[in-house]
Amino acid sequence: MSFITGVGLTSFGKHEGSSSLDLMSKAAQAALDDAGLKRSEIDGILCGYSTVSPHIMLATVFAEHFGIRPSYAHAVQGGGATGLAMTMLAHHLVVSGVCRNVLVVAGENRLTGQSRDASIQALAQVGHPDHEVPLGPTIPAYYGLVANRYMHEYGVSEEDLAEFAVLMRAHACTHPGAQFHDPITVADVMASKPVAMPLKLLDCCPVSDGGAAFVISRERTGEAGVSIRGCAQAHTHQHVTAAPGLSELGAEISIARAKKQTGLAISDVRYTAIYDSFTITLAMLLEDLGLAGRGEAAARVRAGHFGRDGAMPLNTHGGLLSYGHCGVGGAMAHLVEAHLQMTGRAADRQVRDASVALLHGDGGVLSSHVSMFLERVR
Amino acid sequence: MSERLADWTKGEEAITYQTCSSCGHVQYFHRAFCAACGESDPREQRASGKGKVYATSLVCRAATPETRAHVPYNILLVDCAEGFRMMAHGGNDLAIGDSVVVSFKPFAGKLVPFFAKET
Repeated sequence: MSFITGVGLTSFGKHEGSSSLDLMSKAAQAALDDAGLKRSEIDGILCGYSTVSPHIMLATVFAEHFGIRPSYAHAVQGGGATGLAMTMLAHHLVVSGVCRNVLVVAGENRLTGQSRDASIQALAQVGHPDHEVPLGPTIPAYYGLVANRYMHEYGVSEEDLAEFAVLMRAHACTHPGAQFHDPITVADVMASKPVAMPLKLLDCCPVSDGGAAFVISRERTGEAGVSIRGCAQAHTHQHVTAAPGLSELGAEISIARAKKQTGLAISDVRYTAIYDSFTITLAMLLEDLGLAGRGEAAARVRAGHFGRDGAMPLNTHGGLLSYGHCGVGGAMAHLVEAHLQMTGRAADRQVRDASVALLHGDGGVLSSHVSMFLERVR
Repeated sequence: MSERLADWTKGEEAITYQTCSSCGHVQYFHRAFCAACGESDPREQRASGKGKVYATSLVCRAATPETRAHVPYNILLVDCAEGFRMMAHGGNDLAIGDSVVVSFKPFAGKLVPFFAKET
């Protein structure tokens, strides 16, 4: 068994003058404080990557900087799925007895450390270097292609997708650390600048500075325990050109594996933390995971199903779409928020019952998937 | 290994693909082996340049000065007649299911496949 014993999250947005290491350190210190652990008690470090400050050994760079001499350390790269992939690895390291306390950390000054063009360019390189990148696609274009096809097959409209942006913004408005605090409407999303059709500016997550961290431990350190019940991955392709059909994507495979492993069903889940790089990502993942029927997720948003007081609260911090996206740390904020909800510390955002949470991360163009169930234990 | 036929990625007005001589698997990303069964030396062929639109996305925000000069441009996934899917450019009027045929156009300093409706 493994426990998430502490979480740390910076605000997202502009952190003028902060480096990636600064943001990682800030989040890591918050996670250690939350877990009630000292540096000397951390024997494993897993960290994400930084597009602003690439390094072939970022985990040891961080360990030296932060002041830890771990017995296990390396970086992990899995695009947007990296945070949950690291959490899954930390879980296995702890369960197998390799480590007692693993610090999982990521942070990046992606907004102020490089131009927006540089960020878009860096990310577009997940495309095939010979057969895709020369065509000038961007990450929104890769997802725009998927959105166009998904809307065609399942009768989803642009207004439907806009609902997810509106929901995430409404949630962000209740979190002081979120990058955006101005409420938006479906009409605002529809009128926002076209980026890669059918995706418009407000269908896309922003570029942010920020950091997130957590500690995965063999033993509980606090009163309220959050355990990792089980987790699974699926990787079906890298490039959108080589993606399987919409009914064979990795989210369905990884959730099936995680359900089988834990014996849990979607009906057991009380809180959800789902990757939302674009509105289409969130719509598709909710439906792939079985949190809504095909083409029905938007109707559930309109009915309040995924709101704080709804039957299945979702990304109550505002998600990547409105809390912000600083790279690997972006999707780690989803886990931090889930932890706060499960331990009754989510302030105004607190949901009634977050005893069982489902988390899902996606990297590339729906290429890499990690599904994870967390459970509160007393 | 059979000789690599030049295609648009090498500046030639052609689309090429590979067929496995053992299992028949068709692949668009070139390799020295079949990705389905591992057999070496898949057969290289030129494609007809005909296909059907699988998906489109009109790019309105580009990230480099070279690509920005072409905005808006339509990125397509095309299911080619020979049984592989490829990414390409195409007319802004194209929709899913349209039958299309390829020509080649300059884009950001390179030659790229550009599909238009088959007439």
